[in-house]
Amino acid sequence: MNKLWQKDSFWALIFLLPSLLGIFTFNFIPTLTSFYLSFTKWNLLGSPQFIGLNNYLSLFADPLFYKVLRQTLFFVFGSVLLEVSLALLIAIGLNKKLRGTTIFRTIYFLPVVSSMVAVAILWNWIFDPAFGFLNYLLKLAGIDPIFWLSDPDWALPCIIMVSVWKGLGYSTILFLSGLQSLPQDCLEAAEVDGANQSQTFFRVTVPLLSTTIFLVSIMSFINTFQTFDSVYILTQGGPQNTTNLLVYWLYQNAFEFYNMGKASAIAYVLFLIILVITLIQWHFRKKWVFYEE
Amino acid sequence: MGILRRVNLITYLLLAIGSLLMVLPFLLMIALALSPGEKALSYPPLIFPTDITLNNFERVMAAGSFFRYFINSLIISAITTAGQLVTASMAGYAFARLNFRGKNTLFLLFLATMMVPTQVNLVPLFSLMHKMGWINTYLALIVPGIFTAFGIFLMRQYYLTLPKELEDSARIDGCTQWGIFWRIFFPLSVPSLAALGIFAFISSWNSFLWPLLVTNSDHLRTLPVGLASFKSSFREVTDWSLLMAGTLISVVPAIVVFLLGQKYFISGITSGAVKS
Repeated sequence: MNKLWQKDSFWALIFLLPSLLGIFTFNFIPTLTSFYLSFTKWNLLGSPQFIGLNNYLSLFADPLFYKVLRQTLFFVFGSVLLEVSLALLIAIGLNKKLRGTTIFRTIYFLPVVSSMVAVAILWNWIFDPAFGFLNYLLKLAGIDPIFWLSDPDWALPCIIMVSVWKGLGYSTILFLSGLQSLPQDCLEAAEVDGANQSQTFFRVTVPLLSTTIFLVSIMSFINTFQTFDSVYILTQGGPQNTTNLLVYWLYQNAFEFYNMGKASAIAYVLFLIILVITLIQWHFRKKWVFYEE
Repeated sequence: MGILRRVNLITYLLLAIGSLLMVLPFLLMIALALSPGEKALSYPPLIFPTDITLNNFERVMAAGSFFRYFINSLIISAITTAGQLVTASMAGYAFARLNFRGKNTLFLLFLATMMVPTQVNLVPLFSLMHKMGWINTYLALIVPGIFTAFGIFLMRQYYLTLPKELEDSARIDGCTQWGIFWRIFFPLSVPSLAALGIFAFISSWNSFLWPLLVTNSDHLRTLPVGLASFKSSFREVTDWSLLMAGTLISVVPAIVVFLLGQKYFISGITSGAVKS
């Protein structure tokens, strides 16, 4: 009675086949292969040679690894902190639904849909020491020019600035949708009880929004940890490796030095960090969140 | 009332200043792209274009293979988007509407791939492309980008919300599962398809690292890779006007797609992130 084409499992196979093949070939197997490669020495030609934990051991003995890691953490925490707090303020402003603010929302979102390559080229000109806009502003204020991208003290903050400028709109939209799903009765109750604007904000809105704040932070963390394009365009990791971030270093090891084993070990360090941050945030989210749907 | 109005005015002002800061770099880009080349090296820097000319656009279109980069980006993004829409809606439908053994496990496995940073797969994927002889072909630029756990998740969430009566009545009329999907569910999921489509197009259009790795001949480069190579080809003095004209051309299609589908796009990212 039950013919093949009447069975769900037959159709499930048909519907899932393309994605199954694709995701196994281009996601699953590479992720596992990468883990194996992190225990090998391989220059892409010939076959990988198993060397046990050597890649990880040499990584942990390499001062450059700690430098890159420290810079990446500084970059990530700096970007996330700036982006999340600015985005929250902007979203609260936009949520007042004043006339004409939808155009502002669109403007904040423009950098999000532009490519990082385009954005980096744009900012590269702004950072230009001789003709750029930033040093023009400094000159108006009577300050000596700064060699933004070639100054070891300024290069990383510049990359943070570009990253925040590009990502701000994305976090803002997420906050806006979080704000719009807040229970109105709590806000009204606060108003009835005579709370002023800042009391309502810190005592009602922020606690109610804590789920969203955590979620946006997780997403922002994960995105900024994977920064590559802006470093490639703006500084190539320089000056003196001060803007060399984890993913750029991975790229250098793999495709400039052809050290695939070491690159894979870096990839797994990156994976582990992202996993740990996600888990920590999930853990704290359960403790701190005051309100959950 | 007075206090409320003052607060609103301050909010308005702050938002306006903020969005001015956001839009200023774009204005600088447009001013440079529309002004004669030597203005980039003049002082003070331009905020508004002077002596408007389209010369930079003509120059960039004539320079090297810029037009080819544009066409490559267009072809790759269009096919990737179409591929994502078809494969993700099929898989999303199966996860939402069909019963089969191992469904939840498989779905969780698919979701788990979203937690893995793409860079983790970079070396094995590159060597796979190498082994298959796909380096420097459109295949390497398109095929790996077609499969998307995020898209499957997005489509599944949408198909879960549609009422059961839809497939019951279609089944009584003798529709096969394929018919039910293709004639009923697929057309009904236009809002989600639009969200995924816009998302797929923009990310494919903007992607850089993968196309940088798998292409080394000029005629296969995409716009971001082409712009990056343009930029690094300048030695002493960068021709900023030319570069800005090229950059402007490269951001316009993504911005247009976003503006046309803003509503779907935003509902897509917020439903994928906040409500998950």
